[in-house]
Amino acid sequence: MTVIDISPSVMQFLLAFIVVAPLLGALAALLPAPPGLKGKNPDQAVLRHGVTVTGAVLVAAIALAAGFDHDHPATMQATTDISWIPALDVRIHLGIDGISLPLLVLTALLTFLCALYSYFKLPAGPSPKAFVALVLVLESGTLATFAVLDLLLFFLAFEMVLIPMYFLINRWGGDQRQSAAWKFILYTLLGSVVMLLGLLLIGLKSGTFDMVALATDNGRGLTTSVQVIAVLAIGLGLAVKTPMWPLHTWLPDAHTAAPTVGSVLLAGVLLKMGTYGFVRILLPVAPDGMRTFAPYLAAFAVVGIVYGSLACLALARTGVKGDLKRLIAYSSVGHMGFVLLGIATMTPTGVNGALFANIAHGLITGLLFFLVGAIKDRYGTADLDTLAGATGAALYGRAPRLGALLAFAAVASLGLPGLAGFWGEMLTLFGAYSPAEGLSRPAFRTFMAIGAFGTLLTAAYMLIVVRRVCMGEHAPHSRLSPDEHAPRTADGSPQSGAAGSPSSGSAGPRTATTPQLADIHPYEAAAWTPLAALTVVAGLWPAVLLGLTDPAVQQLLAGGKS
Amino acid sequence: MTADLSTTATSLLAHAQATTAPGTGDTAGSLVAADVPSVVQSIDWLAIAPPTLTALAALVVLVADLFLPAHRKRLLGYATLTALAAALAFLIPLRSGDRSTFCVTTGAQACSYTADHFTVVIQALVLGGAFLTVLLSLDDTRKLPAGEYWFLLLASASGAALLPASRDLATLVVALEVASLPAFALVGIKRGDRRSSEAALKFFLSSVVATAVMLLGVSFVYAATGTLHLTEIADRLDDVSPVLDTLAKTGVALTLVGFAFKTAAAPFHFWVPDTYVGAPLPIAAYLSVVGKAVGFSGLILVTVIAFPSYADVWGPALAVLAALTMTVGNVAALRQNATRARSAVRLLAWSSVAQAGYLLVPIAAAAYSSDEQIGSTVAYALMYAVVNLGAFAVAALVARTHPGNRLSDYRGLYATRPLAALALGFFLLCLAGLPPGIIGLFAKVTVFSAAVDAGLGWLAVVMAVNVVIALYYYLQWTAILFRAPDGAPETAGPDTGSPASAPPRRFRAPTPLTTAIVLTSAAGILLSGAPQAVLRFAAVSLF
Repeated sequence: MTVIDISPSVMQFLLAFIVVAPLLGALAALLPAPPGLKGKNPDQAVLRHGVTVTGAVLVAAIALAAGFDHDHPATMQATTDISWIPALDVRIHLGIDGISLPLLVLTALLTFLCALYSYFKLPAGPSPKAFVALVLVLESGTLATFAVLDLLLFFLAFEMVLIPMYFLINRWGGDQRQSAAWKFILYTLLGSVVMLLGLLLIGLKSGTFDMVALATDNGRGLTTSVQVIAVLAIGLGLAVKTPMWPLHTWLPDAHTAAPTVGSVLLAGVLLKMGTYGFVRILLPVAPDGMRTFAPYLAAFAVVGIVYGSLACLALARTGVKGDLKRLIAYSSVGHMGFVLLGIATMTPTGVNGALFANIAHGLITGLLFFLVGAIKDRYGTADLDTLAGATGAALYGRAPRLGALLAFAAVASLGLPGLAGFWGEMLTLFGAYSPAEGLSRPAFRTFMAIGAFGTLLTAAYMLIVVRRVCMGEHAPHSRLSPDEHAPRTADGSPQSGAAGSPSSGSAGPRTATTPQLADIHPYEAAAWTPLAALTVVAGLWPAVLLGLTDPAVQQLLAGGKS
Repeated sequence: MTADLSTTATSLLAHAQATTAPGTGDTAGSLVAADVPSVVQSIDWLAIAPPTLTALAALVVLVADLFLPAHRKRLLGYATLTALAAALAFLIPLRSGDRSTFCVTTGAQACSYTADHFTVVIQALVLGGAFLTVLLSLDDTRKLPAGEYWFLLLASASGAALLPASRDLATLVVALEVASLPAFALVGIKRGDRRSSEAALKFFLSSVVATAVMLLGVSFVYAATGTLHLTEIADRLDDVSPVLDTLAKTGVALTLVGFAFKTAAAPFHFWVPDTYVGAPLPIAAYLSVVGKAVGFSGLILVTVIAFPSYADVWGPALAVLAALTMTVGNVAALRQNATRARSAVRLLAWSSVAQAGYLLVPIAAAAYSSDEQIGSTVAYALMYAVVNLGAFAVAALVARTHPGNRLSDYRGLYATRPLAALALGFFLLCLAGLPPGIIGLFAKVTVFSAAVDAGLGWLAVVMAVNVVIALYYYLQWTAILFRAPDGAPETAGPDTGSPASAPPRRFRAPTPLTTAIVLTSAAGILLSGAPQAVLRFAAVSLF
């Protein structure tokens, strides 16, 4: 069953186009605009160029999804396989199956929304030309990661995102961007060179770098000791990227410093490269090695879940000046913990749950970072105390739609049934209840219990955030005295004793502050609605995703036997 | 002295043959009776054309310098360029890699000069490197004595081109000295510059010590085996009599120490930074690429061809040396102060030490698995040559406006010279081995895979850590290029990129320098698209 019938060669072209077009677009962005397309000014022209290219890629991705044969999601489709570097046995082998297709579409969608958002909201920093070029290179790298089927090409794509993300944080970021950018790139590079060693070990010992062949082999060509070393090396690289506790320390800094668009892409797409690697490479290629490390992976994952939640709770307390972006970054650590737990179970249920949670996290956290970025733009700070205090947000009163959307994203993130966040967490916990053969049942049930406790903590901090940001601080005396320039006070400190909602009308002429508390702009609505809508769709109709991933996962775990 | 050496290299060759051929005595060149086969070795002129042509051109340039008026001296530079291009062109008929000459006419099958694939590739690297050096020097040599400069450069290049072809220890040592002696003079050619003289002296002393040590080693090996031909040595080292075993081992070790000096492997690297900083910039570029290639090809020849039976000795030694070299180089490069004078060249010097460490890895791996591993060294060296010369070319361009050549002088290069800045950024990322420098990435991958294949896991891990350390300083430099220039606010408005903001001190970049940058970046980009062009050497046996 396909939605539209597209001939195989067109499918091939579409996939190649998706990977290459952003690169060409990045080159074109550096050149001066052609005469007909100059627009109002060069900056506008280049930002529009970004929207056009990412839009074209999104259309191609949607067409690819429509032409995808949904009856056989386990087979590689739209495959291209040409030799590139015979000396290293590197082949340009592209293809998609039910596991990579959703991630591919998610990446194309998020990048397009980011480009759209920046078209209207110029990123603060140096020339937008470089900004667009970097975002496009980033897109190409992530899309390539999900589309390639060659280990060394995977590594190349994995590395390709480092430089653009480094510059996005370093040049367009906020406070402490230099050190945050360094931390990001040094951590991930150290992880990925170690990963390269593992990939080379697998490739040299088994004689091929082709992921499909290796997955079909299911580790039969590799001794257990090779598998253990390879899983350790590759897993380390992927775990840094995911990130797994205790290798997560680069993430909060990077998120806090990154510009809105950078945060959205980092959380929505880049983290998925790590978990995708676990599912695509480690599970099928080195099952013995994976089985050795699965309990440890699961243990680290649940520690990550609890640790992330506790860190968020600490940040959400009154008076600690917790940064909202940082809080969401820590919540990502927790959510990715669920994904890793699902993978560690090595069961179809768990891995499906992990893949579902992956997509859900991309949608929901992407939306959350967009929202927090918008709040930060409006208030000049993402400091939770300032936002909650007298000068602060009280979004329900001052910008009700923004507030409602934030509340929506927060409850989606805590895993409310009916929204996307729910299924992933539930399936991973199910998977942990009965892990694969050879894995310790009691241990995994303990992990399940701890993970379930983590969901409670998640609910706690998310609700605290919603209460503080959307409802404002609970104050004993509600005398309304908002400053004229309140939303942009330089020091950002709360005014003494003031609280409540300034837009409640009684302040008379002082409501002049309202223009700066603008509710959702149309362009923001355009960028955010797809994410919110997909969150609901994925929550109400999970079969649309699980139907894609399940057969592919079954086959990966069975080693191509089915 | 240098002239003598370069011209007499060929005759020395023949002499070495005569003394080593068993049973022929001193009758070389004389008429012999009909029943004794002639010991006069035949010469394949085409095979030896590349180094010979370079050596002849050196003499022609030296003589022509006497007759040219001062304002025509530029012609000498172009003559040098043409000679090197012609020498490169002579490699084309040799590309099948099956020629040998100066072969022993009696007894064993051994030749002193072999133009196999290894030779042709390294000769292309060396002559190409010299060609680019000439491009870098064309505008920098006004204050230098032109005739001597070009003569010395060509002489050194001819030695460097002879070295990979030599297959006996005498030719090897002679070629090494022909390559090195003119280099001392080139380093010290800036008359009246104290730093230049000091650099030359340092380089000279350390290099002479290396040569002395190596000669001692060579003589020990000769004493133990009775031959100078590399393949013969390999055969006879297999069954050295127990009495001579210690002698042979000491000889092997001392020979390797000599080559380690030349490759600037730690702990014999201390002369590198001062020498590079004191030398004229193009000469620093030459030493970092051609000088290294000389050391490496020599090391490969003696280890893989002459001493394979001692692989259990030099394998671990080279592995430790590689780990040490890359770590020392990277840590020192990390500690460079950006505002110190000539910190850019100093950084490139230390980075070249570190890169030498990567180059050693496959040679060490060859001891554990097969000779094919050294192809990874060759592939990596080709990548490194292109990229490093490119980086030096941009550094030469910047040095014209900022003679201090500090790292901080590169700040805002993108605003004044966007293309040069993009090129340098690309070169640095190639050296770091990160996309968009795809060729750098895959060159590193081949080195890694050589180490993993040979079971040198610990070395691969050390190298992985080093790659991360190196990224820090390469990326820091790259980031400086794209920062707002001094004086301008860091987060300038969206109009920074507009062409209206003309730089204050813009001048026209000299054509040769531009050509060098264009050539190297074109090569780098092409190789990034088709890495197979250099990586194919990594997969085949080159001998």
